Amino acid sequence: MDKTPNQKAWFLVLPVLVLVAFSAVIPLMTVVNYSVQDTFGDNEFFWAGLEWFEEMLGSDRLWNALGRQVMFSAIVLAIQVPLGIFIALNMPKKGFWASVCLVLMSLPLLIPFNVVGTIWQIFGRVDIGLLGHTLAALGLDYNYTNDAFDAWATIIVMDVWHWTSLIALLCYAGLQSIPQAYYQAAKIDQASRWKVFRYIELPKMRGVLLIAVLLRFMDSFMIYTEPFVVTGGGPGNATTFLSIDLVKMAVGQFDLGPAAAFSIMYFLVILLVSWVFYTVMTNLDKEEVR
Amino acid sequence: MTGRRQNDGAGAMTLELHGVTKLVAGRTHIHPTDLTLERGTMNVLLGPTLSGKTTLMRLMAGLDVPSAGRVRWNGTDVTGMRVQDRKVAMVYQQFINYPSMSVYDNIASPLRLMGKSEAEIDRAVRKTSDMMKLTPLLSRKPLELSGGQQQRCALARALVKDAGLVLLDEPLANLDYKLREELRAEIPKIFEESGAIFVYATTEPEEALLLGGQTATLWEGRVTQFGPTPQVYRHPADATTARVFSDPPMNFVPCVKKGHRVSFGDHANAPADGPFAALADGRYMAGFRANHLSLNAHSGASVVFPCKVAVTEITGSESFLHLVHGADRWVGLVPGVHDLAPGTEVSVWLDPAHVYVFAKDGALVAPAAYALAA
Amino acid sequence: MARITLSNLAHSYFADPKGEADYALKQMDHVWEDGGAYALLGSSGCGKTTLLNIISGLVRPSQGRVLFGDRDVTDAATSDRNIAQVFQFPVVYDTMTVRDNLAFPLRNRGMDPAYVASRVNQIARMIGMEAELGRKARGLTADAKQKISLGRGMVREDVNAILFDEPLTVIDPHMKWELRTQLKSLHREFGHTMIYVTHDQTEALTFADRVVVMYDGRVVQIGTPQDLFDTPEHTFVGYFIGSPGMNLLEARVEGNRATVAGVSVPLSADYGVPRGRVQIGIRPEFVSLTAAEGLPVTIRRIEDVGRHRIVRADFNGTGINAVLGEGTALSPDMTRLVFAPERIGVYADDWRVSPQGRQPGRAA
Repeated sequence: MDKTPNQKAWFLVLPVLVLVAFSAVIPLMTVVNYSVQDTFGDNEFFWAGLEWFEEMLGSDRLWNALGRQVMFSAIVLAIQVPLGIFIALNMPKKGFWASVCLVLMSLPLLIPFNVVGTIWQIFGRVDIGLLGHTLAALGLDYNYTNDAFDAWATIIVMDVWHWTSLIALLCYAGLQSIPQAYYQAAKIDQASRWKVFRYIELPKMRGVLLIAVLLRFMDSFMIYTEPFVVTGGGPGNATTFLSIDLVKMAVGQFDLGPAAAFSIMYFLVILLVSWVFYTVMTNLDKEEVR
Repeated sequence: MTGRRQNDGAGAMTLELHGVTKLVAGRTHIHPTDLTLERGTMNVLLGPTLSGKTTLMRLMAGLDVPSAGRVRWNGTDVTGMRVQDRKVAMVYQQFINYPSMSVYDNIASPLRLMGKSEAEIDRAVRKTSDMMKLTPLLSRKPLELSGGQQQRCALARALVKDAGLVLLDEPLANLDYKLREELRAEIPKIFEESGAIFVYATTEPEEALLLGGQTATLWEGRVTQFGPTPQVYRHPADATTARVFSDPPMNFVPCVKKGHRVSFGDHANAPADGPFAALADGRYMAGFRANHLSLNAHSGASVVFPCKVAVTEITGSESFLHLVHGADRWVGLVPGVHDLAPGTEVSVWLDPAHVYVFAKDGALVAPAAYALAA
Repeated sequence: MARITLSNLAHSYFADPKGEADYALKQMDHVWEDGGAYALLGSSGCGKTTLLNIISGLVRPSQGRVLFGDRDVTDAATSDRNIAQVFQFPVVYDTMTVRDNLAFPLRNRGMDPAYVASRVNQIARMIGMEAELGRKARGLTADAKQKISLGRGMVREDVNAILFDEPLTVIDPHMKWELRTQLKSLHREFGHTMIYVTHDQTEALTFADRVVVMYDGRVVQIGTPQDLFDTPEHTFVGYFIGSPGMNLLEARVEGNRATVAGVSVPLSADYGVPRGRVQIGIRPEFVSLTAAEGLPVTIRRIEDVGRHRIVRADFNGTGINAVLGEGTALSPDMTRLVFAPERIGVYADDWRVSPQGRQPGRAA
C-alpha cells in the first residue's frame, strides 16, 4: 500500500544526511583528493591526475593482494555457508537446549576482533599454544609464522570459528519461520530429508541467506585486524590481504597518493561485486515467479 | 435508518466523495467515485477481494490521498488533511489490541491520547464496555480473551472516542461462524446508539443483508450501485451488481424475445409475460437467483429447463443443486432434501416474475416483477 | 481406502490428567465407514483439531487405539499411515512448477513416470489447472495455491483417508462454491474416505454425508445433515446447526403439553414428565406469526435477508427468532408466535427426550 506523499518527512532525514556527510562523504572526498595529487611534504600539493591509478594498476603488488583476497573470501564463504546451514538445521527448535545453543553460538560474535586475533595467535603458537603444541606433539610440522600454508589454514579456521555463527543464527531464524504444516505435508508426501531441505527449507531461507552471504562477503573482503594480529601479513606477503597492504603502504611507507588510489579502487571493487551479487540474486528471484 | 442526534458538534454531518480517483503506478485502483454518506447510517461496501473496498476506506479515512477528486467532511474540504487530524476510527480483520494493556486501558487509550480527564475517560469506558458486553473482562489482557472478545475490545476502542466516521474492514472475517452470527446481530444495535457514520466492508452478500442500511457494490475499483441494501439486492442496476450481490452466484441464460414468446437458451420457451411483456424484440440476458428455481411445477412457473445435475449439496433443510444447462452452470436452492446422483436429468421450473432482464452490455432492462411488489 | 475405527479413544494434553475436565478429547468409540465423507464440526476449542491430529499421527492419544481397516496405526508415524492432508493455509512447494507439485507424492513413492504423467494430467483437469501446469507455484493466488493443495491431496489413489483442516478459510465466497463442488465431485469420482474439519456449518453440511458435531471434547451427535436439522440430539446441535439456530425455551412438560411462562404449547406426542432442566426447542423455520393465538411477544427487529426475513422477537426476556419466506405477508398486529407441534423437540438437561418418556442414552 502506498503512503500519503508528505514532503515534510525529508526534514526528519536531514540530521542523518549531515551525519553521513561528515562521517563518510567528506573523508571519502579527502581520499579522492589525495589520489589525484602528489606531495613532498610541507603541505604542498601537485596535481598528479590519474598517475597513481595507472601506477597501481600496473604494479604486481595490487594484483597479488587482490588475488589473495579473492581466494580468502571464496574459501571462507565456501566453508561457512554450508557449515552455517548445517548447524542451523541441527540446532534444537525449542526448549532449554535451544537457548543454550543460541548463547553458545553468539559468544564468538561478541568478542572484539583484535582479541580474536590475539586468542588464535597464542592458541596456535608451537611453544605455548594449546593447538600449536598439540599439533607439534602429533608430529605435524606446524608453524604459522614460517609456513604460508599453515598461516592460511590458521586464519581460515579462525575466521570460520568467528563468523560461522552469524550464518547459522540467520538461517536458524529463517527456519523457525516455516509453519509446521509444511513439515507435516512433506511427511505425508514421503519426501526424503534431502527433498525437505531442497524444496521447503532452502526456499524459505533464501532471503536471510542472501543477506548472510552479502554480509560475509563484504566483511571477509575487508578483513584486517585478525590476520594482522596473528601473522602480520606474513610469512613474507603470504597473508597480506588488501587492507593490510593498504595500511602498509599508507602508514608504513607514507605513500599517501598511491594508497589513496588503491583504497578508491578497493572501495569500487567491493561496491561492484556487492551490486552484481545483489542484482543477480534478486533477478533470479523474479525469474522464478514468472 | 437514522441514529440518535448528537449535540456536541464533533461528529460529521456527512462524508462526501466527489470524483475520488486513485491511481497507483499508472494503474487505476479506484475509478472516479461519488458517494454521500449521512450521519447515523450503516454503509456496507460489498465486493470480492481486491475490488477496492480497503482502498476506498483508506481514502475516506485520509490514510491515502486521492489522485483526483475531493473529500468533503461536513461540507469542509478535507482532501489533504492527515488522518490524525480527522475524527476517524478503524477496525481491521485482525484483532488489533495493545497486548500489554488491560482491556480497560485498551479502550481508554484513544481518550488518553486526546488528553481527556480520568473521570471523563472512566465514564466513556464504562458506557462502551457495557454496550460491548466487556464489563466483566475489563481487567484482563487481550490475549486471555477469545477471538470474539478480542474483536469486541477492538470495536470498543473504535467506538469510545466518538469518531464521526467508523470504518470496519471485514471485522468478523477471522471469527468462528457462530460468533460471527452473534456479533453481526449486535452491530446494527450498536450503531443505532452511536450516531456516527459507519462503513463496513465485506465480501459476503448475506452479511450486507443482515446489516441492512445502505450498500455500495464494488467491482474492479468501481462502485456499481449505491442505495438502501434491500433495494440494491432486489433492483440491481446491472448484471455485475447482481452477480456481486448474490450468494450462490446469480444464474444467467441468454434469451431471445420474439413477438409474444421468449426462448431461453436452446431448449426452453415461454410466453412473453412478466418483465418481458413490454420489451422490444431482441437478444437479452436473463438472470435469476438460486432460490427461485424449483424442482416442481407451481402456479406461475411457466419456464421449464432441462438440466443435468453436477453435484448436490444438502444443508439439512435445503438442497443446493449444481446444474448444467447447455454451456451454463447454475446453482439452484430448493427446500427439502434432494439427493440426486450426478448426471441425473431433471426439469427445473422458473417463474418469469423472478427473472431480471439485462441488455447485452449488462444494464438492467427490466427488473423482476416480484421485486416491484416487494 | 479404509474404514477408520476409534476405539476407547481419549486424549489429554496433561501428563497426569486428574478428572474429565483435563481431557481435550473425552472417551469415544466410533467406526467411520470406508469411502464416507465425514465433517468434524464445532467451535474453536471443541477438540476437533485434536481428533484430526490423532488420526493424522501428529498427536498420540493418551488412551485407546486408532485402526485403519484392520491395522492398528496408533503408534505409526504420519508417513506410514498412507494418508493425505490439506491444510488451512495453502502448503505448496514454491520453487516447483504446478506439475511437479502434483507429481511430488507419486515420484517420492517411485511410481512409473508414465503413470505419474497421466495421473497428474487427470488431477489438473479436475481442479481446472491444466493451463498452469508449467508455471511456478510461487506467483499464484491463494485460491490457485489451495487448489494445488487439494490436487496433491487427491493425487494418490490408494490413500487410507484424506484429511481437510478448514481448507476454505482463505478463499473468497464465490470461489468457495467452486472449490466445494469440485471437492464433492472428486469424492464421488474417487470414493476416498474424507474427513473435513470446520467451524462453518454450511461447509460441513454441504460437504459431508455424515456430520460429527463436537462440543467440549465430546461427540454430541453423528448424523446426516437432515438428522442434525430435524432431530438435534443435544441443545448444542440445535443451536449450532441452522442460522439462526434453534430457539430454546425453559418449559414444564406434562404428557403432550408444554407450559412456557404460563402459556400452554401443544406437543405432537406424549413425553411423560421429563426430569431435570426441561426445555423445548423449535427451529425458527417452524415458527409463524399470527394475530390471534400463541405466545405473546414484542417484535424487536425484522431483518430482510433476501430470500427470507428473520423476525427477532422477545418473549419475557428470551429472544425467539422466526424465519419467514420472501413472500410471506406480515402485518403490525401479528405479535403472537405459533410453533408447528410436530417440529418441537423436548430436552432434559440438554439431551433430547423421545416421546412416551423413553430417554435414550447419549447419542453415539
